[in-house]
Amino acid sequence: MTDSAFSLRRRALLGGLAAGTVAHHLARPALAQGSGPIRIGEINSYTAQPAFLNPYRNGWILAQEQINAAGGVLGRPLETLSRDDAGKPEDAIRIAGELLNAEKVAFIAGGYLSNVGLALGDFALQNKVLYAAGEPLTDALVWSKGNRYTFRLRPSTYMQAAMLVEEAAKLPAKRWATVAPNYEYGQSAVRWFRELLKKAKPDVEFVGEQFPALGRIDAGATVQALERMRPDGIFNVTFGVDLTNFVRQGNTRGLFEDRAVASMLTGEPEYLEPMGEECPEGWIVTGYPRDTLDNPVHTAFREAYRKRFNEEPKCGSIVGYDLVLAIAAMLKKAGNTETEAMVDAFEGIRYPTAYGTGEVEFRKIDHQATLGCFVGRTKLNGRVGGMVDWRYADGANYLPADDVVRGWRPQG
Amino acid sequence: MDSLIVQALNGLASASSLFLVAAGLTVIFGVSRIVNFAHGSLYMLGAYLGWTLTAHGPLAQLGGFFGFWGGVLLAAAATGLIGAAIEFLLLRRIYRAPELFQLLATFAVVLIVQDLTLLIWGPQDLLGPRAPLLRGATQIFGLRFPRYELFLICVGPVMLALLWLLFHRTRFGILVRAATQDREMVAALGVDQRKLFTSVFALGSALAGLAGALQLPREAVNLHMDMAVIVEAFVIVVIGGLGSLGGAFLAALLIGELHAFGILIFPRITLVLAFLVMAAVLILRPHGLMGRKPSGLPPASIASPPLPGTPKWLAQAGLVALVLLLVLPPFLGDYTLSVMADMAMMVLFAASLHLIMGPGGMASFGHAAYFGAGAYGAALLAKHLMAPMEVGLIFAPFAAGIVGLVFGWFCVRLSGVYSAMLTLAFAQIAWSTAFQWVEFTGGDNGILGVWPSEWARGKLVFWYLSLALCGLGVVLLRRVLFAPFGMALRAQRDSPLRAEAIGIDTVRVRWVAFAIAAAAAGMAGALFAYGKGSVFPSFLGIPRSVDALVMVLLGGVQTVLGPLFGAVAYTGLQEQLSRVSDLWRLVLGFAILALVLFFPGGLAGALRAREERA
Amino acid sequence: MTAPVLEAEGLRKSWGGVAAVDGVSLSVHAGEMLALIGPNGAGKSTCFNMLNGQIRPEAGRVILLGRDVTGQAPRTVWRLGVGRTFQITATFGSMTVLDNVRMALLSHHRRLFSLWRPAALQYSAEALAALARVGLQEQADRPCAVLAYGDLKRLELAIALANEPRLLLMDEPTAGMAPAERAGLMALTARIAKQAGIAVLFTEHDMDVVFGHADRILVLDRGKLIAGGTPEAVRADARVREVYLGGGVH
Repeated sequence: MTDSAFSLRRRALLGGLAAGTVAHHLARPALAQGSGPIRIGEINSYTAQPAFLNPYRNGWILAQEQINAAGGVLGRPLETLSRDDAGKPEDAIRIAGELLNAEKVAFIAGGYLSNVGLALGDFALQNKVLYAAGEPLTDALVWSKGNRYTFRLRPSTYMQAAMLVEEAAKLPAKRWATVAPNYEYGQSAVRWFRELLKKAKPDVEFVGEQFPALGRIDAGATVQALERMRPDGIFNVTFGVDLTNFVRQGNTRGLFEDRAVASMLTGEPEYLEPMGEECPEGWIVTGYPRDTLDNPVHTAFREAYRKRFNEEPKCGSIVGYDLVLAIAAMLKKAGNTETEAMVDAFEGIRYPTAYGTGEVEFRKIDHQATLGCFVGRTKLNGRVGGMVDWRYADGANYLPADDVVRGWRPQG
Repeated sequence: MDSLIVQALNGLASASSLFLVAAGLTVIFGVSRIVNFAHGSLYMLGAYLGWTLTAHGPLAQLGGFFGFWGGVLLAAAATGLIGAAIEFLLLRRIYRAPELFQLLATFAVVLIVQDLTLLIWGPQDLLGPRAPLLRGATQIFGLRFPRYELFLICVGPVMLALLWLLFHRTRFGILVRAATQDREMVAALGVDQRKLFTSVFALGSALAGLAGALQLPREAVNLHMDMAVIVEAFVIVVIGGLGSLGGAFLAALLIGELHAFGILIFPRITLVLAFLVMAAVLILRPHGLMGRKPSGLPPASIASPPLPGTPKWLAQAGLVALVLLLVLPPFLGDYTLSVMADMAMMVLFAASLHLIMGPGGMASFGHAAYFGAGAYGAALLAKHLMAPMEVGLIFAPFAAGIVGLVFGWFCVRLSGVYSAMLTLAFAQIAWSTAFQWVEFTGGDNGILGVWPSEWARGKLVFWYLSLALCGLGVVLLRRVLFAPFGMALRAQRDSPLRAEAIGIDTVRVRWVAFAIAAAAAGMAGALFAYGKGSVFPSFLGIPRSVDALVMVLLGGVQTVLGPLFGAVAYTGLQEQLSRVSDLWRLVLGFAILALVLFFPGGLAGALRAREERA
Repeated sequence: MTAPVLEAEGLRKSWGGVAAVDGVSLSVHAGEMLALIGPNGAGKSTCFNMLNGQIRPEAGRVILLGRDVTGQAPRTVWRLGVGRTFQITATFGSMTVLDNVRMALLSHHRRLFSLWRPAALQYSAEALAALARVGLQEQADRPCAVLAYGDLKRLELAIALANEPRLLLMDEPTAGMAPAERAGLMALTARIAKQAGIAVLFTEHDMDVVFGHADRILVLDRGKLIAGGTPEAVRADARVREVYLGGGVH
């Protein structure tokens, strides 16, 4: 146990009691399928995106521990082998091969970046292995590149944009400007927002756009450029450090005064907390009102999480936790770990989300979960921002009509 | 109009920050000729240290004016000390190693600092305090402009003036300038070079630290700051002319304003603007705006020994290895096979870079462009024309070779770091095309479904295919190296003057070598694409170019087998480490440092040295 | 007399407004050893580099074997039959002595862009013969980085002779050599030049070498030719004496 190589290796294994894990690990050849733990291969950009993925990993661990404490699934505990893809899709594919071929996992899960998700989805199709995606947002994952073996939990770019459009359309603002990181996610969010808002409110006008490079925003100049457009409303897709810098410059220069702002993801604690006192007031955002979401299910989750990790959960924690719950529900329904049985079971499976807002379904039509998120307004409480006036937007209500989805999903 | 003036002020504020980082980098390069990859890390450390000192240290309790500004200055000083320590403990030991080898050491420092920063400060972005007295905004033409930005606008010229005084009015400064112009002369004057180098490194690092700490009131401190700034800083230093402070200042102004106005006119291509400008400047002025033709800057390898023939034992070992590679695979697992296939591709990729770096004497910081060109060539063909793998594999080297011919035409006309930076500029332009032109290249999401033909789907078959093609590629490159062309390539590296005097068109030789290397890299890239089933912009990103560089340097630039050893060692280490630990960058960094310190001739170089001793 | 191998007319080049070479005309004939001398800064090197194509003259023409080569690149001039040695030897440090000569032969035979057949199998006999001509055949397989300086000079000569040139341009051929070796190298050069009918133009500081081996001497001062003729005539020229004695250089 004190052997350093061995303990390093142990680090990579999530969950289970240490002794149990070791025992299972040593007994590996005997437990290919059918007995012993159910092995899950989990891949994420842990070193590239630690701020978002540590909470996710914790959520995952919590759910797995709870399930295993309750006797596991199908009488078998869950065991997760977790790997870092360093943010590179090509590495993710290599690792997926390792997990599948060398570690004999039953299926793979994870992915944070959209391109990693798509790469793993394509890998799943090629190798006929189940892939349960948690975080990736790209619409392509379930639509244009969707396939039989890929399922996705988190509400997609389209869904989150549609939720914000619903609110934005109620505002008097007519002249809109957009600011988004210049890559696929930013570009599609802007495209959907424009398209859906025009449909909802034909007299809106888009007066300009800014596409700062991801992670390299020149915040002062970008704010000034937006100011020049004199918009009534601003649609923001930037996140992380770009968002923080953008907000600080915007606050100092008064960009947000007397203007409506609709902003993707900004209500998530991941993004609100680093902004601290700079948190803008009254932005319409999608997110997770962790501290004021007080239904019994969520309160229990929050308490358990605090107790286990001595910190507050974040949006990623919900994603990690929910993904394990969904997987457990799927396994229970499938009855075994044969890929085709698991895929069939996943279609239409329902599980109760840790948000406490009821059951979520993985749609048969496109393998997208109907998990929603919260739409509300930002408000500074003391030294850190939070969400107020929020409501739960059920993902099921923000997806296009079925025939449209079928048209967008050539692989069926 | 008024808002345009304010936009110009925004540009000036960015320019000031950029200048501080670039000034440190250019001073260090001027004296030590070290391409300091870790300069961005020092900038990041400055920012994190500043955050701690202004928000959480004893000074922070002092609060207010002294708390903040004291913290910033202390952070700069601390970064300077860290820089001095790096020079003292590490770089000092390898000044005699071939040029660019120090780059490998500084790359290891980058890896180590990344993980240490994560361990110390945690993963979350940290937002620093606003600066006392400069919190709010001031009205300029009816627009609000942050006071802190006005302050920054002044910092740039003030620092330039202070540095000018330092370099023209103090003994230290005069020595530094003398060393920048002629290292040997300063040594001849009996100046203690070691002290000079350490202090210059400390000065440059402190400037980076100051720049980082000064970002606190305007930017959140985060773990990606190092990479974001280092490339930008290199661009500025090169546009300005290596070693020229005034040039760095001009270039910073140019880039700052370019960003500010670029986003008004071309909001979608801000990422490439700086690189387009750098390419244009270098094409028109091969030594930057204010740089001078370097005197006494040695080519990559002045005293490299003649190419060895293959000793008998090595040929035998190679034969044994080949037999094992052919016979063993059927007994290996799929995963092992795919890792081995990846390694084969990396060997070819490294060998292709080695051709231009070793025998060619040209450094390339953007070799991934050709790897990516091959991969994208094959993938686009598959996507738009449904071309099968066989067609893709034939097409890819030509596609990459053509890209190499186009980019190379410009790059081979320059020398040394300028040429290397121009390759980087082109690679970045190619990368941002792949990253941002979503309609054509799929952008960040890449191109999926680039799987091998049915017969090559199995991992075993694909391994044999990879071995055959990469093996063929390496053998061809080796053949080229020993053919008259390879000799001409070495000839122009050894002595351009003599080469031209015996009828060798040195530019053309380098150009053809560049294209051959590009084609070989493209072959590796296309195989890689089929191995992964997809292509992504990361195939031609800076990290992949750096990988290639590290593999070649690790193996040893002046050995024929270097790229083979380097590629296998580096990819193997990375693969093993990332499996066992989240801290793999830290471990990899230390492993590279150890190799650098113990085997300054690279892995193959060490092998050869042993053989010669025996 | 036959037409000269090399003819220069009215060459001019100035640096920063100061004329380094001003209206120099000269000619060299086959088999002739022509020395270009003058005090430091007289413009010898500039003049030389214009003949060889490294510097483009502002005015004047360079005619090689009846062909105007003014401002042509050194490699073009070489292809027309001009071999060159440098004041500080320029050889290929990472190659053996033999390969240095082989390189020149490969270039001469236009094999530079041949990618397949190993270079080691080509022109070995010719390269050895060229080395034998300058007495270096024993050192053929040594790395040229380890050669003594005098041997490097001879290697340069072998390289320069590899493409059977009609003209040799030698910039300070004996600079840096021990006095005893100097005469040997120049005698060797003169012998080869006479045998093969090569015209030789050289600059030189060592007056013993100049007066011992040159058939004809041109004297350059402040960019202008001030005297020319046989060694005896130049030795007797009053202006030459004044320049050398007045300039304080030997």
